[in-house]
Amino acid sequence: MLAWAVIRPRGWPEAVAAVPAAVILIAAGAIPAGAAGSEARQLGPVIGFLAAILVLAHLCDDDGLFRACGGWMARSSAGQSQPAGARRLLVQVFVIASVTTAVLSLDATVVLLTPVVFATAARLEVRARPYVYACTHLANSASLLLPVSNLTNLLAFAASGLAFGHFAALMAVPWLAAIGVEYVVFGRFFGADLNVRPRRDRARADRDGADRDGDTGLPVFTVIVVALTLAGFAAASAAGVNPAWAAFAGAVILAVRALARRRVAPADLVRAADLPFLLFVLSLGIVVKAVTDNGLGRALAPLLPGGTSLPALLATAALAAALANVCNNLPAVLVLLPLAAPSGAGAVLAVLLGVNIGPNLTYTGSLATLLWRRILRHHGSAPDLGEFTRLGLLTVPAGLVIGVLALWAGLHALGG
Amino acid sequence: MSDSDNQLRSVYIWVCEGTWRASVDAALSLAPADARFTLLHVTSAEVPDAARGAYAGLFGRGHRAGDDPGTRLEKMASVSAGDLLEAAAGRLGRRCERLEIQGRPERAVVAASADADLLVVARDGDQTRLGPKSLGKTTRFVVDHAACPVLLVWPESAPGVATIPPPPHHPPPPPHHPSPPGR
Repeated sequence: MLAWAVIRPRGWPEAVAAVPAAVILIAAGAIPAGAAGSEARQLGPVIGFLAAILVLAHLCDDDGLFRACGGWMARSSAGQSQPAGARRLLVQVFVIASVTTAVLSLDATVVLLTPVVFATAARLEVRARPYVYACTHLANSASLLLPVSNLTNLLAFAASGLAFGHFAALMAVPWLAAIGVEYVVFGRFFGADLNVRPRRDRARADRDGADRDGDTGLPVFTVIVVALTLAGFAAASAAGVNPAWAAFAGAVILAVRALARRRVAPADLVRAADLPFLLFVLSLGIVVKAVTDNGLGRALAPLLPGGTSLPALLATAALAAALANVCNNLPAVLVLLPLAAPSGAGAVLAVLLGVNIGPNLTYTGSLATLLWRRILRHHGSAPDLGEFTRLGLLTVPAGLVIGVLALWAGLHALGG
Repeated sequence: MSDSDNQLRSVYIWVCEGTWRASVDAALSLAPADARFTLLHVTSAEVPDAARGAYAGLFGRGHRAGDDPGTRLEKMASVSAGDLLEAAAGRLGRRCERLEIQGRPERAVVAASADADLLVVARDGDQTRLGPKSLGKTTRFVVDHAACPVLLVWPESAPGVATIPPPPHHPPPPPHHPSPPGR
Protein backbone atom coordinates (compact mmCIF):
# COMPACT_ATOMS: atom_id res chain seq x y z
CA MET A 1 0.00 0.00 0.00
CA LEU A 2 2.89 2.36 0.76
CA ALA A 3 4.32 1.30 -2.59
CA TRP A 4 1.04 2.25 -4.24
CA ALA A 5 1.07 5.65 -2.56
CA VAL A 6 4.58 6.27 -3.87
CA ILE A 7 3.97 4.89 -7.36
CA ARG A 8 0.39 6.07 -7.89
CA PRO A 9 -0.44 3.97 -10.95
CA ARG A 10 -2.35 5.96 -13.56
CA GLY A 11 -2.53 8.87 -11.16
CA TRP A 12 -5.24 7.14 -9.14
CA PRO A 13 -5.73 8.53 -5.66
CA GLU A 14 -3.84 6.77 -2.90
CA ALA A 15 -7.12 5.92 -1.21
CA VAL A 16 -7.90 3.43 -4.01
CA ALA A 17 -5.31 1.09 -2.52
CA ALA A 18 -5.42 2.22 1.10
CA VAL A 19 -9.11 1.63 1.77
CA PRO A 20 -9.17 -1.99 0.47
CA ALA A 21 -5.92 -2.67 2.33
CA ALA A 22 -7.51 -1.53 5.59
CA VAL A 23 -10.64 -3.57 4.86
CA ILE A 24 -8.61 -6.70 4.07
CA LEU A 25 -6.58 -6.37 7.27
CA ILE A 26 -9.74 -6.05 9.33
CA ALA A 27 -11.38 -8.99 7.51
CA ALA A 28 -8.27 -11.15 7.94
CA GLY A 29 -8.24 -10.43 11.64
CA ALA A 30 -4.85 -8.69 11.58
CA ILE A 31 -6.55 -5.96 13.53
CA PRO A 32 -9.74 -6.58 15.52
CA ALA A 33 -12.72 -4.61 14.25
CA GLY A 34 -12.97 -2.98 17.66
CA ALA A 35 -9.39 -1.73 17.57
CA ALA A 36 -9.89 -0.49 14.02
CA GLY A 37 -13.02 1.30 15.19
CA SER A 38 -11.27 3.01 18.07
CA GLU A 39 -8.41 4.03 15.77
CA ALA A 40 -10.99 5.50 13.38
CA ARG A 41 -12.75 7.30 16.24
CA GLN A 42 -9.40 8.76 17.29
CA LEU A 43 -8.51 9.79 13.75
CA GLY A 44 -11.96 11.12 12.86
CA PRO A 45 -11.66 14.52 14.57
CA VAL A 46 -8.09 14.86 13.31
CA ILE A 47 -9.27 14.33 9.76
CA GLY A 48 -12.15 16.77 10.21
CA PHE A 49 -9.66 19.31 11.51
CA LEU A 50 -7.44 18.73 8.50
CA ALA A 51 -10.33 19.14 6.05
CA ALA A 52 -11.32 22.44 7.66
CA ILE A 53 -7.75 23.77 7.39
CA LEU A 54 -7.44 22.70 3.75
CA VAL A 55 -10.67 24.53 2.92
CA LEU A 56 -9.60 27.58 4.94
CA ALA A 57 -6.29 27.81 3.04
CA HIS A 58 -8.05 27.41 -0.30
CA LEU A 59 -10.48 30.24 0.55
CA CYS A 60 -7.62 32.48 1.67
CA ASP A 61 -5.99 31.92 -1.71
CA ASP A 62 -9.26 32.65 -3.54
CA ASP A 63 -9.56 35.90 -1.64
CA GLY A 64 -6.12 36.97 -2.85
CA LEU A 65 -4.20 36.62 0.42
CA PHE A 66 -1.11 35.12 -1.23
CA ARG A 67 -1.23 37.49 -4.21
CA ALA A 68 -1.36 40.37 -1.71
CA CYS A 69 1.73 38.95 -0.01
CA GLY A 70 3.49 38.81 -3.38
CA GLY A 71 2.56 42.41 -4.15
CA TRP A 72 3.81 43.55 -0.76
CA MET A 73 7.12 41.75 -1.22
CA ALA A 74 7.60 43.16 -4.72
CA ARG A 75 6.82 46.73 -3.69
CA SER A 76 9.05 46.84 -0.66
CA SER A 77 12.03 45.01 -2.18
CA ALA A 78 12.12 46.84 -5.52
CA GLY A 79 14.71 49.55 -5.87
CA GLN A 80 16.53 48.60 -2.68
CA SER A 81 20.26 49.02 -3.01
CA GLN A 82 22.13 45.79 -3.56
CA PRO A 83 22.55 43.37 -1.99
CA ALA A 84 20.17 44.56 0.73
CA GLY A 85 17.16 44.22 -1.58
CA ALA A 86 17.66 40.55 -2.36
CA ARG A 87 18.32 39.80 1.32
CA ARG A 88 15.27 41.77 2.31
CA LEU A 89 13.18 39.69 -0.05
CA LEU A 90 14.65 36.57 1.54
CA VAL A 91 13.59 37.82 4.99
CA GLN A 92 10.10 38.54 3.68
CA VAL A 93 9.79 35.11 2.06
CA PHE A 94 10.98 33.52 5.31
CA VAL A 95 8.41 35.43 7.36
CA ILE A 96 5.53 34.76 4.99
CA ALA A 97 6.39 31.11 4.36
CA SER A 98 6.88 30.43 8.08
CA VAL A 99 3.60 32.07 9.08
CA THR A 100 1.69 30.48 6.19
CA THR A 101 3.02 27.05 7.08
CA ALA A 102 2.32 27.48 10.78
CA VAL A 103 -1.22 28.82 10.38
CA LEU A 104 -2.53 27.31 7.14
CA SER A 105 -0.39 24.12 7.02
CA LEU A 106 2.49 23.03 4.81
CA ASP A 107 0.18 22.16 1.93
CA ALA A 108 -0.68 25.85 1.58
CA THR A 109 2.97 26.82 1.37
CA VAL A 110 3.88 24.16 -1.19
CA VAL A 111 0.84 24.43 -3.44
CA LEU A 112 -0.38 28.01 -3.02
CA LEU A 113 2.53 30.17 -1.85
CA THR A 114 5.45 28.79 -3.89
CA PRO A 115 4.10 29.93 -7.28
CA VAL A 116 3.45 33.41 -5.87
CA VAL A 117 6.99 33.61 -4.53
CA PHE A 118 8.39 32.52 -7.89
CA ALA A 119 6.29 35.12 -9.71
CA THR A 120 7.50 37.81 -7.31
CA ALA A 121 11.13 36.88 -7.89
CA ALA A 122 10.57 36.95 -11.66
CA ARG A 123 8.94 40.38 -11.43
CA LEU A 124 11.89 41.73 -9.46
CA GLU A 125 14.37 40.06 -11.83
CA VAL A 126 16.17 38.25 -9.05
CA ARG A 127 17.23 34.59 -9.07
CA ALA A 128 14.26 32.54 -7.92
CA ARG A 129 16.41 29.74 -6.49
CA PRO A 130 16.89 30.87 -2.87
CA TYR A 131 13.26 31.88 -2.52
CA VAL A 132 11.71 28.74 -3.96
CA TYR A 133 14.09 26.57 -1.92
CA ALA A 134 13.09 28.61 1.13
CA CYS A 135 9.45 27.69 0.52
CA THR A 136 10.18 23.99 0.11
CA HIS A 137 12.38 23.88 3.21
CA LEU A 138 10.15 25.99 5.45
CA ALA A 139 7.09 23.96 4.48
CA ASN A 140 8.78 21.25 6.54
CA SER A 141 10.90 22.93 9.18
CA ALA A 142 8.48 25.79 9.90
CA SER A 143 5.61 23.35 10.41
CA LEU A 144 6.52 22.81 14.07
CA LEU A 145 4.58 25.58 15.75
CA LEU A 146 0.89 24.69 15.85
CA PRO A 147 -1.07 21.45 15.74
CA VAL A 148 -2.62 22.67 12.46
CA SER A 149 0.72 23.31 10.72
CA ASN A 150 1.23 19.71 9.65
CA LEU A 151 -0.86 16.57 9.61
CA THR A 152 1.91 14.91 11.64
CA ASN A 153 1.32 17.54 14.34
CA LEU A 154 -2.44 16.94 14.34
CA LEU A 155 -1.82 13.23 14.89
CA ALA A 156 0.73 13.91 17.63
CA PHE A 157 -1.49 16.54 19.21
CA ALA A 158 -4.28 14.00 19.60
CA ALA A 159 -1.80 11.49 21.08
CA SER A 160 0.01 13.91 23.41
CA GLY A 161 -3.02 15.12 25.37
CA LEU A 162 -1.57 18.65 25.40
CA ALA A 163 -3.79 21.73 25.18
CA PHE A 164 -3.46 23.80 21.98
CA GLY A 165 -1.78 26.69 23.77
CA HIS A 166 0.61 24.42 25.67
CA PHE A 167 1.62 22.67 22.45
CA ALA A 168 2.30 26.02 20.77
CA ALA A 169 4.22 27.35 23.79
CA LEU A 170 6.48 24.28 23.89
CA MET A 171 7.07 24.36 20.14
CA ALA A 172 7.52 28.14 19.73
CA VAL A 173 11.23 28.22 20.52
CA PRO A 174 12.09 25.04 18.53
CA TRP A 175 10.11 26.57 15.64
CA LEU A 176 12.08 29.82 15.79
CA ALA A 177 15.33 27.87 16.20
CA ALA A 178 14.65 25.71 13.12
CA ILE A 179 13.79 28.80 11.06
CA GLY A 180 16.89 30.59 12.35
CA VAL A 181 19.12 27.69 11.30
CA GLU A 182 17.55 27.71 7.83
CA TYR A 183 18.06 31.47 7.50
CA VAL A 184 21.72 31.41 8.48
CA VAL A 185 22.44 28.49 6.13
CA PHE A 186 20.47 30.03 3.24
CA GLY A 187 22.26 33.37 3.60
CA ARG A 188 25.62 31.68 3.09
CA PHE A 189 24.59 28.90 0.71
CA PHE A 190 22.90 31.26 -1.76
CA GLY A 191 25.35 34.12 -1.26
CA ALA A 192 25.99 34.62 -4.98
CA ASP A 193 22.29 34.48 -5.93
CA LEU A 194 21.48 37.06 -3.28
CA ASN A 195 23.84 39.60 -4.84
CA VAL A 196 21.49 40.42 -7.69
CA ARG A 197 19.75 43.71 -7.04
CA PRO A 198 15.96 43.59 -7.28
CA ARG A 199 14.71 45.96 -9.95
CA ARG A 200 11.31 46.41 -11.30
CA ASP A 201 11.14 47.03 -14.98
CA ARG A 202 8.35 49.56 -15.31
CA ALA A 203 6.92 48.21 -18.54
CA ARG A 204 6.83 44.67 -17.24
CA ALA A 205 5.38 45.74 -13.92
CA ASP A 206 2.62 47.69 -15.64
CA ARG A 207 1.76 44.81 -17.91
CA ASP A 208 1.81 42.36 -15.01
CA GLY A 209 -0.49 44.72 -13.18
CA ALA A 210 -2.92 44.85 -16.08
CA ASP A 211 -2.81 41.06 -16.36
CA ARG A 212 -3.69 40.53 -12.75
CA ASP A 213 -6.23 43.24 -12.22
CA GLY A 214 -3.72 45.26 -10.24
CA ASP A 215 -2.02 44.39 -7.02
CA THR A 216 -4.79 43.20 -4.78
CA GLY A 217 -4.76 44.86 -1.40
CA LEU A 218 -4.64 42.74 1.73
CA PRO A 219 -7.99 40.95 2.10
CA VAL A 220 -8.72 42.36 5.55
CA PHE A 221 -11.85 40.33 6.24
CA THR A 222 -10.07 37.05 5.51
CA VAL A 223 -7.08 37.99 7.65
CA ILE A 224 -9.36 38.86 10.57
CA VAL A 225 -11.26 35.57 10.23
CA VAL A 226 -7.97 33.62 10.20
CA ALA A 227 -6.72 35.54 13.25
CA LEU A 228 -10.00 34.87 15.08
CA THR A 229 -9.80 31.21 14.10
CA LEU A 230 -6.32 31.03 15.64
CA ALA A 231 -7.57 32.66 18.82
CA GLY A 232 -10.47 30.22 18.69
CA PHE A 233 -8.07 27.25 18.64
CA ALA A 234 -6.50 28.29 21.93
CA ALA A 235 -9.79 29.35 23.53
CA ALA A 236 -11.67 26.17 22.53
CA SER A 237 -8.82 23.96 23.68
CA ALA A 238 -8.58 25.78 27.03
CA ALA A 239 -12.36 25.36 27.47
CA GLY A 240 -12.08 21.63 26.77
CA VAL A 241 -13.71 21.83 23.34
CA ASN A 242 -11.98 20.22 20.34
CA PRO A 243 -10.23 23.09 18.48
CA ALA A 244 -11.34 21.50 15.21
CA TRP A 245 -14.63 23.32 15.78
CA ALA A 246 -12.82 26.68 15.59
CA ALA A 247 -11.25 25.66 12.27
CA PHE A 248 -14.64 24.50 11.08
CA ALA A 249 -16.25 27.83 12.11
CA GLY A 250 -13.55 29.85 10.35
CA ALA A 251 -13.90 27.79 7.18
CA VAL A 252 -17.70 28.13 7.26
CA ILE A 253 -17.57 31.92 7.64
CA LEU A 254 -15.20 32.32 4.69
CA ALA A 255 -17.08 29.73 2.64
CA VAL A 256 -20.48 31.39 3.15
CA ARG A 257 -19.03 34.77 2.18
CA ALA A 258 -17.28 33.36 -0.89
CA LEU A 259 -20.39 31.43 -1.95
CA ALA A 260 -22.60 34.49 -1.46
CA ARG A 261 -20.22 36.51 -3.65
CA ARG A 262 -20.15 33.65 -6.16
CA ARG A 263 -16.37 33.55 -5.99
CA VAL A 264 -16.37 29.80 -5.46
CA ALA A 265 -18.77 26.98 -6.30
CA PRO A 266 -19.72 24.36 -3.70
CA ALA A 267 -17.87 21.80 -5.81
CA ASP A 268 -14.63 23.79 -5.34
CA LEU A 269 -14.99 23.51 -1.58
CA VAL A 270 -15.52 19.77 -1.73
CA ARG A 271 -12.48 19.52 -4.00
CA ALA A 272 -10.42 21.63 -1.58
CA ALA A 273 -11.33 19.34 1.31
CA ASP A 274 -9.75 16.49 -0.69
CA LEU A 275 -11.95 13.61 0.42
CA PRO A 276 -9.72 10.90 -1.11
CA PHE A 277 -6.85 12.21 0.99
CA LEU A 278 -8.94 12.11 4.16
CA LEU A 279 -9.94 8.51 3.39
CA PHE A 280 -6.29 7.69 2.73
CA VAL A 281 -5.22 9.05 6.12
CA LEU A 282 -7.95 7.07 7.87
CA SER A 283 -6.99 3.84 6.10
CA LEU A 284 -3.28 4.47 6.60
CA GLY A 285 -3.93 4.87 10.31
CA ILE A 286 -5.68 1.48 10.46
CA VAL A 287 -3.07 -0.28 8.33
CA VAL A 288 -0.17 1.14 10.33
CA LYS A 289 -1.93 0.13 13.56
CA ALA A 290 -2.28 -3.42 12.26
CA VAL A 291 1.38 -3.55 11.19
CA THR A 292 2.58 -2.03 14.46
CA ASP A 293 0.52 -4.42 16.59
CA ASN A 294 1.78 -7.39 14.58
CA GLY A 295 5.49 -6.97 15.19
CA LEU A 296 6.79 -3.65 13.86
CA GLY A 297 6.10 -2.02 17.20
CA ARG A 298 8.05 -4.71 19.05
CA ALA A 299 10.89 -4.42 16.56
CA LEU A 300 11.18 -0.65 16.90
CA ALA A 301 10.54 -0.36 20.64
CA PRO A 302 14.13 -1.21 21.70
CA LEU A 303 15.46 1.47 19.34
CA LEU A 304 13.38 4.18 20.96
CA PRO A 305 14.86 5.40 24.23
CA GLY A 306 12.41 6.00 27.05
CA GLY A 307 12.19 9.19 29.04
CA THR A 308 12.73 12.82 28.19
CA SER A 309 16.36 13.36 29.09
CA LEU A 310 18.31 15.37 26.52
CA PRO A 311 20.10 12.33 25.02
CA ALA A 312 16.80 10.43 24.87
CA LEU A 313 15.08 13.34 23.09
CA LEU A 314 17.96 13.66 20.62
CA ALA A 315 17.90 9.93 19.87
CA THR A 316 14.11 9.97 19.47
CA ALA A 317 14.26 12.88 17.02
CA ALA A 318 17.09 11.26 15.07
CA LEU A 319 15.22 7.95 14.77
CA ALA A 320 12.07 9.77 13.68
CA ALA A 321 14.02 11.73 11.07
CA ALA A 322 15.62 8.56 9.74
CA LEU A 323 12.32 6.70 9.53
CA ALA A 324 10.64 9.69 7.84
CA ASN A 325 13.40 9.71 5.25
CA VAL A 326 13.06 6.01 4.50
CA CYS A 327 9.33 5.89 3.84
CA ASN A 328 7.59 9.18 4.53
CA ASN A 329 6.83 11.21 7.61
CA LEU A 330 3.15 10.27 7.73
CA PRO A 331 3.58 6.52 8.27
CA ALA A 332 6.66 7.29 10.40
CA VAL A 333 4.68 9.39 12.84
CA LEU A 334 1.84 6.84 12.98
CA VAL A 335 4.33 4.09 13.85
CA LEU A 336 6.30 6.08 16.41
CA LEU A 337 3.48 7.86 18.27
CA PRO A 338 2.17 4.86 20.23
CA LEU A 339 5.76 4.00 21.19
CA ALA A 340 6.68 7.53 22.28
CA ALA A 341 3.41 8.49 23.98
CA PRO A 342 4.06 6.53 27.22
CA SER A 343 7.27 8.56 27.77
CA GLY A 344 5.23 11.75 27.83
CA ALA A 345 4.56 14.80 25.71
CA GLY A 346 8.26 15.64 25.45
CA ALA A 347 9.00 12.40 23.59
CA VAL A 348 6.01 12.94 21.28
CA LEU A 349 7.23 16.44 20.42
CA ALA A 350 10.74 15.11 19.79
CA VAL A 351 9.23 12.66 17.28
CA LEU A 352 7.60 15.66 15.62
CA LEU A 353 10.88 17.54 15.38
CA GLY A 354 12.35 14.51 13.63
CA VAL A 355 9.53 13.85 11.18
CA ASN A 356 9.00 17.54 10.35
CA ILE A 357 12.60 18.74 9.93
CA GLY A 358 13.97 15.41 8.66
CA PRO A 359 12.28 15.35 5.21
CA ASN A 360 14.44 18.29 4.05
CA LEU A 361 17.30 15.85 3.71
CA THR A 362 15.82 14.26 0.60
CA TYR A 363 14.38 16.23 -2.24
CA THR A 364 10.99 14.54 -2.10
CA GLY A 365 10.87 14.10 1.67
CA SER A 366 11.49 10.37 1.44
CA LEU A 367 13.88 7.98 -0.25
CA ALA A 368 11.06 5.79 -1.48
CA THR A 369 9.45 8.62 -3.45
CA LEU A 370 12.83 9.78 -4.62
CA LEU A 371 13.90 6.39 -5.95
CA TRP A 372 10.64 5.86 -7.73
CA ARG A 373 10.82 9.26 -9.38
CA ARG A 374 14.34 8.54 -10.53
CA ILE A 375 13.18 5.28 -12.07
CA LEU A 376 10.33 7.04 -13.73
CA ARG A 377 12.30 10.10 -14.86
CA HIS A 378 9.14 12.07 -15.41
CA HIS A 379 10.83 15.01 -17.00
CA GLY A 380 13.67 14.04 -19.28
CA SER A 381 16.69 14.88 -17.21
CA ALA A 382 16.83 13.77 -13.62
CA PRO A 383 16.88 16.71 -11.22
CA ASP A 384 20.23 17.81 -9.86
CA LEU A 385 20.02 16.28 -6.41
CA GLY A 386 23.48 17.34 -5.31
CA GLU A 387 22.52 20.92 -4.57
CA PHE A 388 19.38 19.97 -2.70
CA THR A 389 21.09 17.28 -0.68
CA ARG A 390 24.02 19.55 0.24
CA LEU A 391 21.53 22.14 1.47
CA GLY A 392 19.68 19.48 3.47
CA LEU A 393 22.89 18.18 5.02
CA LEU A 394 23.65 21.69 6.21
CA THR A 395 20.22 22.50 7.65
CA VAL A 396 18.74 19.22 8.92
CA PRO A 397 21.28 18.01 11.52
CA ALA A 398 21.81 21.54 12.86
CA GLY A 399 18.06 22.20 12.93
CA LEU A 400 17.39 18.92 14.73
CA VAL A 401 20.03 19.43 17.41
CA ILE A 402 19.18 23.07 18.10
CA GLY A 403 15.45 22.34 17.92
CA VAL A 404 15.75 19.48 20.43
CA LEU A 405 17.85 21.64 22.74
CA ALA A 406 15.17 24.32 22.62
CA LEU A 407 12.46 21.74 23.26
CA TRP A 408 14.37 20.28 26.20
CA ALA A 409 14.82 23.75 27.72
CA GLY A 410 11.13 24.50 27.12
CA LEU A 411 10.05 21.28 28.80
CA HIS A 412 12.04 22.27 31.86
CA ALA A 413 10.75 25.84 31.90
CA LEU A 414 7.10 25.15 31.06
CA GLY A 415 6.65 21.54 32.07
CA GLY A 416 5.66 18.78 29.66
CA MET B 1 40.13 48.96 -37.19
CA SER B 2 38.85 46.90 -40.09
CA ASP B 3 40.69 43.87 -38.72
CA SER B 4 38.93 43.96 -35.37
CA ASP B 5 35.60 44.56 -37.12
CA ASN B 6 36.10 41.35 -38.98
CA GLN B 7 36.80 39.52 -35.75
CA LEU B 8 33.49 40.44 -34.16
CA ARG B 9 30.99 39.15 -36.63
CA SER B 10 29.04 36.97 -34.22
CA VAL B 11 28.39 38.36 -30.74
CA TYR B 12 26.59 36.29 -28.11
CA ILE B 13 25.07 38.04 -25.12
CA TRP B 14 24.23 35.87 -22.11
CA VAL B 15 21.02 37.36 -20.72
CA CYS B 16 20.70 36.84 -16.96
CA GLU B 17 18.21 38.18 -14.47
CA GLY B 18 19.25 41.53 -13.10
CA THR B 19 22.55 41.87 -14.96
CA TRP B 20 21.62 41.71 -18.66
CA ARG B 21 21.51 45.48 -19.16
CA ALA B 22 25.24 45.84 -18.62
CA SER B 23 25.93 42.96 -21.01
CA VAL B 24 23.75 44.46 -23.74
CA ASP B 25 25.35 47.90 -23.30
CA ALA B 26 28.86 46.44 -23.45
CA ALA B 27 28.04 44.49 -26.61
CA LEU B 28 26.63 47.64 -28.24
CA SER B 29 29.70 49.69 -27.38
CA LEU B 30 32.15 47.13 -28.81
CA ALA B 31 30.52 45.37 -31.72
CA PRO B 32 30.49 46.83 -35.22
CA ALA B 33 27.20 47.84 -36.79
CA ASP B 34 27.02 44.75 -39.00
CA ALA B 35 27.64 42.22 -36.20
CA ARG B 36 25.19 39.37 -35.77
CA PHE B 37 23.83 39.48 -32.24
CA THR B 38 22.45 36.48 -30.40
CA LEU B 39 20.62 36.94 -27.11
CA LEU B 40 20.99 33.77 -25.09
CA HIS B 41 18.92 32.83 -22.05
CA VAL B 42 19.06 29.49 -20.27
CA THR B 43 16.24 28.30 -18.03
CA SER B 44 17.33 25.73 -15.49
CA ALA B 45 14.93 22.99 -14.48
CA GLU B 46 16.32 23.12 -10.95
CA VAL B 47 13.80 25.53 -9.46
CA PRO B 48 10.63 23.91 -10.84
CA ASP B 49 12.12 20.55 -9.84
CA ALA B 50 12.52 21.72 -6.24
CA ALA B 51 8.86 22.71 -6.13
CA ARG B 52 7.86 19.44 -7.81
CA GLY B 53 9.84 17.49 -5.23
CA ALA B 54 8.17 19.28 -2.36
CA TYR B 55 4.78 18.49 -3.86
CA ALA B 56 5.71 14.84 -4.35
CA GLY B 57 6.68 14.81 -0.66
CA LEU B 58 3.08 15.62 0.31
CA PHE B 59 2.12 12.02 0.83
CA GLY B 60 -1.36 10.86 -0.04
CA ARG B 61 -2.72 14.14 -1.35
CA GLY B 62 -4.09 12.62 -4.53
CA HIS B 63 -1.95 14.93 -6.66
CA ARG B 64 -4.52 16.44 -8.96
CA ALA B 65 -3.34 17.71 -12.29
CA GLY B 66 -2.95 21.48 -12.21
CA ASP B 67 -2.03 21.54 -8.53
CA ASP B 68 1.63 20.65 -9.03
CA PRO B 69 3.54 23.87 -8.34
CA GLY B 70 6.44 22.51 -10.41
CA THR B 71 4.35 22.61 -13.58
CA ARG B 72 3.12 26.11 -12.79
CA LEU B 73 6.67 27.29 -12.10
CA GLU B 74 7.84 25.79 -15.39
CA LYS B 75 5.22 27.77 -17.31
CA MET B 76 6.02 30.97 -15.42
CA ALA B 77 9.75 30.47 -16.00
CA SER B 78 9.19 30.15 -19.73
CA VAL B 79 7.08 33.34 -19.81
CA SER B 80 9.67 35.14 -17.72
CA ALA B 81 12.48 34.05 -20.06
CA GLY B 82 10.54 35.34 -23.05
CA ASP B 83 9.93 38.67 -21.30
CA LEU B 84 13.60 39.00 -20.44
CA LEU B 85 14.72 38.33 -24.02
CA GLU B 86 12.11 40.77 -25.28
CA ALA B 87 13.36 43.49 -22.95
CA ALA B 88 16.98 42.75 -23.90
CA ALA B 89 16.16 42.89 -27.61
CA GLY B 90 14.43 46.23 -27.01
CA ARG B 91 17.48 47.68 -25.29
CA LEU B 92 19.82 46.32 -27.96
CA GLY B 93 17.77 47.93 -30.72
CA ARG B 94 19.48 45.89 -33.46
CA ARG B 95 18.40 42.87 -35.38
CA CYS B 96 19.18 39.86 -33.25
CA GLU B 97 18.49 36.19 -32.80
CA ARG B 98 16.89 35.05 -29.54
CA LEU B 99 18.01 31.71 -28.18
CA GLU B 100 15.99 30.22 -25.34
CA ILE B 101 17.51 27.03 -23.97
CA GLN B 102 16.38 24.64 -21.25
CA GLY B 103 19.13 22.92 -19.33
CA ARG B 104 22.11 23.43 -17.09
CA PRO B 105 23.01 27.08 -17.64
CA GLU B 106 26.79 26.70 -17.34
CA ARG B 107 27.03 23.91 -19.91
CA ALA B 108 24.35 25.27 -22.22
CA VAL B 109 26.05 28.67 -22.50
CA VAL B 110 29.46 27.15 -23.24
CA ALA B 111 27.99 24.83 -25.87
CA ALA B 112 25.84 27.46 -27.56
CA SER B 113 28.60 30.06 -27.76
CA ALA B 114 31.36 27.71 -28.91
CA ASP B 115 31.64 29.26 -32.40
CA ALA B 116 30.98 32.85 -31.37
CA ASP B 117 33.55 35.62 -31.93
CA LEU B 118 32.64 37.09 -28.55
CA LEU B 119 30.53 36.05 -25.56
CA VAL B 120 29.45 38.86 -23.23
CA VAL B 121 29.06 37.78 -19.61
CA ALA B 122 28.18 39.87 -16.56
CA ARG B 123 29.63 39.26 -13.10
CA ASP B 124 26.97 38.06 -10.71
CA GLY B 125 28.66 37.64 -7.34
CA ASP B 126 29.88 40.03 -4.68
CA GLN B 127 29.87 43.43 -6.34
CA THR B 128 31.33 45.41 -3.47
CA ARG B 129 34.97 44.42 -4.04
CA LEU B 130 37.25 43.24 -6.82
CA GLY B 131 38.10 39.59 -6.57
CA PRO B 132 37.16 35.98 -7.30
CA LYS B 133 33.93 36.22 -5.31
CA SER B 134 32.52 38.61 -7.91
CA LEU B 135 31.72 35.53 -9.98
CA GLY B 136 29.03 33.05 -8.96
CA LYS B 137 29.54 29.34 -9.52
CA THR B 138 27.69 29.18 -12.83
CA THR B 139 29.40 32.24 -14.27
CA ARG B 140 32.77 31.00 -13.06
CA PHE B 141 32.21 27.75 -14.98
CA VAL B 142 31.41 29.64 -18.17
CA VAL B 143 34.45 31.91 -17.88
CA ASP B 144 36.69 28.94 -17.13
CA HIS B 145 35.37 26.70 -19.90
CA ALA B 146 34.26 29.02 -22.71
CA ALA B 147 35.57 27.98 -26.13
CA CYS B 148 35.31 31.54 -27.49
CA PRO B 149 36.66 34.94 -26.41
CA VAL B 150 34.77 36.24 -23.37
CA LEU B 151 34.03 39.80 -22.36
CA LEU B 152 33.41 39.99 -18.62
CA VAL B 153 31.61 43.13 -17.46
CA TRP B 154 30.50 44.56 -14.12
CA PRO B 155 26.70 44.91 -13.90
CA GLU B 156 27.07 48.29 -12.18
CA SER B 157 30.10 50.52 -11.80
CA ALA B 158 33.14 48.49 -10.79
CA PRO B 159 34.41 48.77 -7.22
CA GLY B 160 37.68 50.68 -6.78
CA VAL B 161 41.09 49.06 -7.00
CA ALA B 162 41.52 49.85 -3.30
CA THR B 163 39.03 47.05 -2.51
CA ILE B 164 41.74 44.48 -3.26
CA PRO B 165 43.13 43.34 0.09
CA PRO B 166 46.82 44.14 0.74
CA PRO B 167 49.27 41.42 -0.30
CA PRO B 168 49.89 38.79 2.34
CA HIS B 169 52.53 39.75 4.86
CA HIS B 170 55.81 37.84 4.32
CA PRO B 171 57.85 37.21 7.46
CA PRO B 172 61.35 38.76 7.32
CA PRO B 173 64.06 36.31 6.24
CA PRO B 174 65.90 34.61 9.10
CA PRO B 175 68.98 36.58 10.36
CA HIS B 176 71.59 33.93 9.58
CA HIS B 177 70.63 34.07 5.92
CA PRO B 178 70.68 37.77 5.10
CA SER B 179 69.17 38.96 1.85
CA PRO B 180 71.60 40.34 -0.70
CA PRO B 181 71.83 44.12 -0.85
CA GLY B 182 69.49 45.71 -3.37
CA ARG B 183 70.90 46.45 -6.77
